[in-house]
Amino acid sequence: MDFDALLLSRLQFAFTIAFHIIFPSFTIGLASFLAVLEGLWQATGNAAFQRLYLFWIKIFAISFGMGVVSGVVMSYEIGTNWSVYAVKASPVIGPLLAFEVLAAFFLEASFLGVMLFGWRKVGPKLHFAATVLVALGTLTSAFWIVSANSWMQHPSGFAQLADGTLRATSWMAVIFSPTFPTRLEHMVLAAYLTTALSVGAASAWRLLKDAEETESCIALKMAIGMFAIAAPLQLLVGDASGKQVLHVQPAKLAAIEAFWETRTEQPFHIVAWPDRAAVGNRFEVSIPRLGSWITAGDAKAEIKGLKAFAPQDRPPVFIVFWAFRVMVGLGVAMIGLGLWGAWLCWRGPGPQHARWFLRASVAMGPAGFVAVVAGWVVAEVGRQPYVIYGVLRTADAVSPVSRGQVSVSLVAFMVIYAVVFSVGALYILRLIAAGPLAPHTEAPMGDGRPPGYALAAAPPEPEAGA
Amino acid sequence: MTLDLPLIWAVLLAIAVLMYVMLDGFDLGIGILFPFARTPTERDLMMNTVAPIWDGNETWLVLGGGGLFAAFPYAYAALLPALYVPIILMLLGLILRGVAFEFRLHGRTRGKPFWTVAFSAGSLIATLAQGLVLGGFVQGVTLKDRAFAGGGFDWLTPYSVLVAAGLAAGYALLGATWLVWRTEHELHGRARRWAWIAGAKVAVLLAAVSLATLFVHPRIAARWGFEGGAFDLARLAPLLPVPALGAAGLVLLAVGLVRRAHFLPFAGALVVFLSGYLGLGLSFFPAIVPYSMTFRQAANPDNTLALLLAGAAVLLPAIIGYSVWVYWLFRGKVGADAGYH
Repeated sequence: MDFDALLLSRLQFAFTIAFHIIFPSFTIGLASFLAVLEGLWQATGNAAFQRLYLFWIKIFAISFGMGVVSGVVMSYEIGTNWSVYAVKASPVIGPLLAFEVLAAFFLEASFLGVMLFGWRKVGPKLHFAATVLVALGTLTSAFWIVSANSWMQHPSGFAQLADGTLRATSWMAVIFSPTFPTRLEHMVLAAYLTTALSVGAASAWRLLKDAEETESCIALKMAIGMFAIAAPLQLLVGDASGKQVLHVQPAKLAAIEAFWETRTEQPFHIVAWPDRAAVGNRFEVSIPRLGSWITAGDAKAEIKGLKAFAPQDRPPVFIVFWAFRVMVGLGVAMIGLGLWGAWLCWRGPGPQHARWFLRASVAMGPAGFVAVVAGWVVAEVGRQPYVIYGVLRTADAVSPVSRGQVSVSLVAFMVIYAVVFSVGALYILRLIAAGPLAPHTEAPMGDGRPPGYALAAAPPEPEAGA
Repeated sequence: MTLDLPLIWAVLLAIAVLMYVMLDGFDLGIGILFPFARTPTERDLMMNTVAPIWDGNETWLVLGGGGLFAAFPYAYAALLPALYVPIILMLLGLILRGVAFEFRLHGRTRGKPFWTVAFSAGSLIATLAQGLVLGGFVQGVTLKDRAFAGGGFDWLTPYSVLVAAGLAAGYALLGATWLVWRTEHELHGRARRWAWIAGAKVAVLLAAVSLATLFVHPRIAARWGFEGGAFDLARLAPLLPVPALGAAGLVLLAVGLVRRAHFLPFAGALVVFLSGYLGLGLSFFPAIVPYSMTFRQAANPDNTLALLLAGAAVLLPAIIGYSVWVYWLFRGKVGADAGYH
């Protein structure tokens, strides 16, 4: 083991998990959206909901497939690259990850098959049940993975034995570690926001071409409804999460805000260039006293700075500081978009006729993904130099594999992911550009649509109340 | 009553891996057989026989990895670095074949042929990599203080290459017999021919791997009573049902193919796999990292295993229940017309 294998393993894990997290955060929201659409379609018999369902299920299938294949990687990469971590963490969080497989993955995989291919095999009620089960599966998966991650951020309910191994002492305290509820809310809201922004952008794109397209108009209003509510809620949950970080991971908080000195009336740095080598900010634009108020709710509060921690215990500051600002900046933009959209729905001829709003919605389409990855960077890089906070350092967690092996595998992952995910994104964007009313454009087979195609056997044309 | 939790988990995990091999085996086999299909329509049909179920099948692999991590972390931490290269190869292969299910439907003039090749190549790479993992595993892993301490390419030997070839033939056989069962007309006939060819290769390679395994490690030879070039019948006899099961599977396969049965050849192929799996398992049991660590030494403390078992006791029956239901739902022949649905 050498430092290079460590650094390469970190890069590889960051790369593979950053790609992976994009898909669950999209499909968690999309599965719930599909369940709502199918429910509305069955309840109202409105064919527009059916067309929307059949449109978004295609995008869901592509995203879900990419989520599955990039997720399988994670369950092996912990062992290939982080074997010491695996041994250390397994007695405590092993069951949490196993429960994710048992409670969520099988459920999603099995009922996804029914959802995509079961149109004429099951009745409408059972088909709706399959959609709901897939949606529940995605949320269950989020529950267990965020539970495991929260424990790594702020471990509780365990003891360290004389031989250095960990032992769970209270499973409730392990599963429901103190920061878990807030983190779970934060993650699920992030997923719903990401999906709402994507749905909003896709619909706005269509409406820019034809403001009368009923389906896109409905979808846009549903998206506005979601992000107008979820974005402000996310601000509250994010703030609560930040206040927990202040108490349980003060070094992370100091990095987020680029605080170096421990003092009362910390200023809030709007922009800064934190430099770990210089042990300070090379420049900063700040608002006096606001930093203490934002982080602790009291401008007079004393907040620890990074100098209060030994140099080897400080997380990388620059990347955490800026990732946090990207996340929060996008969050504020989402709130603005939600207010704007809500106002347009309330007053005037409707958001579908407000071209600048539609353009802004398109521009904000990828914002959820960027914010999710930025938030993940804040959480995980901010936890450094630990992989299990206060218990195991990342540098001590790596597998005994050679630098050569990891560098080749890293390059291989980058090449394959670049091909797979750019093509996947292309196919999704093509579907979005064609819109919910487009005829099927897949390569025809025999008498038209390929028989195994997800929608080949979907009711051919809108049937009211089908 | 106290439960022998490590033993229970060793058995459960062995079953999960067997489920994976049998179920994803025929999915991967279809990818391996892809180049031999005559027309794009045939390839679409082949894929459609597994499209609704492949994802559930692959989940058993995630359970294999996740279960090993959760129940036997020392084995997980020793084996995966030791088999780093073939594991990563397997993951990359599975990525290519997994996305191809959806991507082939959306590709146009260039995309579709590209993802057809990716599906086939990905399936073959994943299969060969799994064979290399299995071969590297059976021949043993060098440990020091319960951590991997061998070389990065220890797994690459003539034996592991032979196992990889055997596994590819085996998966092709599972795929071919699955197609015999689930398709009709010309493709059905072609699948029957593939099953004959793959079956012959499996018979030869299975015998070759079985014999070669005796020479891989003295412990295996001792387990099967093989010493000084001769078998000690007293020790071999109780284990003879295992190779007999393999032979029975091959007979079942041949009889099924001769009689033009639809399901019987697939059943025969599954029996062959079961026998090969049992044979290998018996060779190194109770080691979980041959020949350095037993499953007991690799296991998590009992309180962890007990929680796991409580969860599995509720969830596994449910998983088996709805998996069987989904298979039942998508039963029957897959035709070229949309009547399949």
